[in-house]
Amino acid sequence: MALILGRKVGMTQIFAEDGTATGVTVLAVGPCVVCQVRKQDQDGYNAIQLGFEDVRDKRVTKPLLGHFKKADVAPKRFLREERLAEEPTHSVGDVIKADVFAAGDYVDVVGTSKGRGFSGTIKRHGFQRGPETHGSMNVRAPGSISTKRRGPLFKGKRMPGRYGVDRTTVKNLRVVDVDADKNLLLVAGSVPGPKNGFVQVQTARTAPVKAAS
Amino acid sequence: MDLIREVEAKYGKKRLPVVHVGDTVQVDYLIREGEKERVQVFNGTVIAISGRGINRTITVRRIVQGEGVERVFPLHGPRVQAVRVSRRGDVRRAKLYYLRDRTGKRTRVKELLGEKVRREAAAIKAADEAAAAEEAAEAAAREAAAAESTDEAEAVEV
Repeated sequence: MALILGRKVGMTQIFAEDGTATGVTVLAVGPCVVCQVRKQDQDGYNAIQLGFEDVRDKRVTKPLLGHFKKADVAPKRFLREERLAEEPTHSVGDVIKADVFAAGDYVDVVGTSKGRGFSGTIKRHGFQRGPETHGSMNVRAPGSISTKRRGPLFKGKRMPGRYGVDRTTVKNLRVVDVDADKNLLLVAGSVPGPKNGFVQVQTARTAPVKAAS
Repeated sequence: MDLIREVEAKYGKKRLPVVHVGDTVQVDYLIREGEKERVQVFNGTVIAISGRGINRTITVRRIVQGEGVERVFPLHGPRVQAVRVSRRGDVRRAKLYYLRDRTGKRTRVKELLGEKVRREAAAIKAADEAAAAEEAAEAAAREAAAAESTDEAEAVEV
């Protein structure tokens, strides 16, 4: 298991030898600094806390500033913990770079999806659209939301509302290339969130079985 | 954005053929026939150039047995080995989609002639030769380095 924090840079494509193009997302990850080490006997669980991207002292709250001071690291913008099964071998101040992953690995990428504002049921929940012609007045409306017999609405009835800006995980993306010098990671496929959005890249929890070839 | 350009520079071709909309080109395209690979040449007129960076493609149109055929070639694609311009075209549009509605003699594109074209052609040729020379030099350097390393290995054995 490995975790690294970073930002989404954007997408492009790269060609394979046989001419097929693969859409890839470029992620600028790390270097991340271990800001805290959590141990079973002390905290009730094993984990390391990673920090990404330096930030001015002024930008962090005083409690956090104290936390960074204790660890003797520069204040970071983005902090996340990686849960470990065993006692962590890292110590505070260790640097984690993009080379924790190698080309061919499978990773899960966690990000915050793009905000879409107040969206209707078609965009938000994938409802069907009604006909536009033949006298139909029900084009993008959700339709009936309940019946007299069923009584009032069920909780969780899918309706229009705020959509996006959710924690979203995309699983099992293949790492195409790793550039530890430039702190870049190329993964095949798309990644949630806008460009410059924060992402967590971690070893895939349910890695696909590698092809026999 | 700059990081994207850097990544694309790493994966794309170092030099792209210089083509313009309206040019008549021959595209050398590597195709697979069973087990064998061979180069197929596609002749035609460039009717559109689209995409930026590594996504850049050209759309080439030709008439085969009275039927219009269009193929889109990714310029950075490894299967596209060369794009040779045989004739520059004098056009006023960025996309020549109007050629699709035309048949026979009206599908012709006027040739772009003049001093500027000759100068550009000469510049491209010079750049091509320089690149070829550089590549040859690089290959020679690699070979020399390889030879040296084997020499050393032999010396160690002795």
